[in-house]
Amino acid sequence: MNDQTKSNNNSDILVKVENIKKWYPVQTTFLDQIFTQQRDFVRAVDGVSFTIKRGEAFGLAGESGSGKSTIGRLTLGLEQLTEGRAIFDGIDYSTLSVEENRKLRRRMQVIFQDPMASLNPRMSIGAAITQPLHIHYPEKASEHRDMVLSIMDKVGLTPPLFFYNKFPHQVSGGQRQRIVIARALVTQPELVLADEPIAMADVSVRAQLLDLMVQLKKEFNLTYLFITHDLATAKYICDRIGVLYLGRMAEVGPLREVYANPLHPYTQALMAAVPKPNPHKRRTHPMPEGEIPNPINPPSGCRFHPRCPIAKEECSRVEPELRELRPEHAVACHFADQFVK
Amino acid sequence: MKNTKETLLQVKNLEVTYHTRLGAVSAVADVSFDVYRGEILGLVGESGCGKSTMGKALMRLISPPGEISGGQIILNGDDILNYNEDQMRDIRGRRVSMIFQDPMTSLNPVQRIDQHGIEAIEVHEPKTKLDQALERVTKLFERLGIQKRRLTDYPHQLSGGMRQRVMIGLGLALNADLIIADEASTSLDVIVEAKLADQLREIRDEFGVTLIVITHNIALVAELADRIAVMYAGRMVELGEVHEVFDNPLHPYTQGLLASVPNIELNEREELYKMSGEPPNLTHPPTGCRFHPRCPKAMDICSRYQPSFQEVSPGRFVHCWLYQDHPEKDSPTIKVAA
Repeated sequence: MNDQTKSNNNSDILVKVENIKKWYPVQTTFLDQIFTQQRDFVRAVDGVSFTIKRGEAFGLAGESGSGKSTIGRLTLGLEQLTEGRAIFDGIDYSTLSVEENRKLRRRMQVIFQDPMASLNPRMSIGAAITQPLHIHYPEKASEHRDMVLSIMDKVGLTPPLFFYNKFPHQVSGGQRQRIVIARALVTQPELVLADEPIAMADVSVRAQLLDLMVQLKKEFNLTYLFITHDLATAKYICDRIGVLYLGRMAEVGPLREVYANPLHPYTQALMAAVPKPNPHKRRTHPMPEGEIPNPINPPSGCRFHPRCPIAKEECSRVEPELRELRPEHAVACHFADQFVK
Repeated sequence: MKNTKETLLQVKNLEVTYHTRLGAVSAVADVSFDVYRGEILGLVGESGCGKSTMGKALMRLISPPGEISGGQIILNGDDILNYNEDQMRDIRGRRVSMIFQDPMTSLNPVQRIDQHGIEAIEVHEPKTKLDQALERVTKLFERLGIQKRRLTDYPHQLSGGMRQRVMIGLGLALNADLIIADEASTSLDVIVEAKLADQLREIRDEFGVTLIVITHNIALVAELADRIAVMYAGRMVELGEVHEVFDNPLHPYTQGLLASVPNIELNEREELYKMSGEPPNLTHPPTGCRFHPRCPKAMDICSRYQPSFQEVSPGRFVHCWLYQDHPEKDSPTIKVAA
């Protein structure tokens, strides 16, 4: 077997997705299937491209239904693409066998939102963190315990021996999220998909966890794909950010550049909507009308046009492509030039 | 509201206890505060701090194994803890109503939107004619941005933001004086949440209703509220006008909490404050001040005696030894300028 799953590529780019689409068929009755020609699809992801550089934290932000979690799973090859290509370290998932895919997967890990849902309540903390080692590195069984204790120490589950035999329900919410982080990092992955990793945590604990994730990224030279609905939190961890709207990328660029000069009217609305912890700076702008539309029949042309304050006739006909209006800062809007500072 | 403060609700030394297998949990401990007519009071705290329990207690909705174990809740001069169930039914909905986090669990899935409103009116005002009730409901919902044709929809046909507006409408249908919104915007997306916040402010201005907004989202309170109350581990630790508290938080917990809230603005708070530890388990709360094990300014006295909730400048209350005298206290008391 030629081992394609080892790093065979020294380029800066760890992840590359090209025009990925994921359409889920809408469940219909048997009779409908016979008598109607056309099947409906939920276009969860509808033509998204981006790259993530090695050692970078790339954020994907959007409201519910924007397709951000689906893109996360597609990027890790956890779901079949409807169209497009997803490439990890120069390797296209679709060219690999199941076994090769499994081997490749030891180089990536996931952290989900709800630690209680991602931990087996009947498995001790030590056993839970050891599990990925059993799966990916069974040949190193004798070293497992030391590896687990060392990572527990690094994520702040200290002293590790105190926690090793405890169960998830015996520790606090913040500690549970640390367990999930430890379990993700114990195999020393290169890419970590963090899907709303701290959304459940309380404010005072959230800052600790964010800081931990930043520290660990430095220490292990990790690459993050950080999925969030909270633009304020993204500021503290992401280097670059992509803003999604209804399965399409509205805007992408370096985080500080995008926040300083948001070019898409949707990004502008989203940023204005985030409440600021300062009563002297209350928002005065009105919010766009309506809510995120149904992804089964997305609006024609630019998907944001029915809610957009600057929409013109063209917007309902022609779907805008991402255009780079400033270095590395691209936006999918026909009329964004006016916002360039 | 600014000059003539009329007290609508007075909470005095309220205690709520849950009797669990592991012992009594004092979820709300000795909490006192006033709510003024027409204001928006933001009640914030982390999970388990007792803020939702407090909201429910204000409507006497605490069910066993929990109980209101002490104190008074005085609404318009009457202690509602002395009311019987019939009197309480009249209070709930007509005088005080509540909006919860998940409207899908509050709305009846097989009842149309207009029926929800009509039912509420029929129960509380049995003399109202059906067409009058329908007209009131239609007007009210239209005011809240729900078109007439959507009134015959069922809850699942509406978006999350619309459902939450239906809940507000039901709260307003009976002209309640006080609406308690418990994490009402939490499951909504930011743009919808921002619109809901606008709407809450509008209904306050238009209907003169008083709002208690219970939330863990501190930035939302900065955006929306007139006054802020901060709870920690069952106690109210700070209360004051929202600008004053954000500009100059007094309690070390409030200071840490506000400094750990992410701010989206560039060049504002680039580093978050990392508070050590996590909130305590309330079956065995820390002695003295419940925050002392995590407090960077803790003194000897803090672990031994509980401070009182004292007014340190007009309208500004804080539950902390730093601002209070005691014979056994070894460091000077901080004076707060009025």
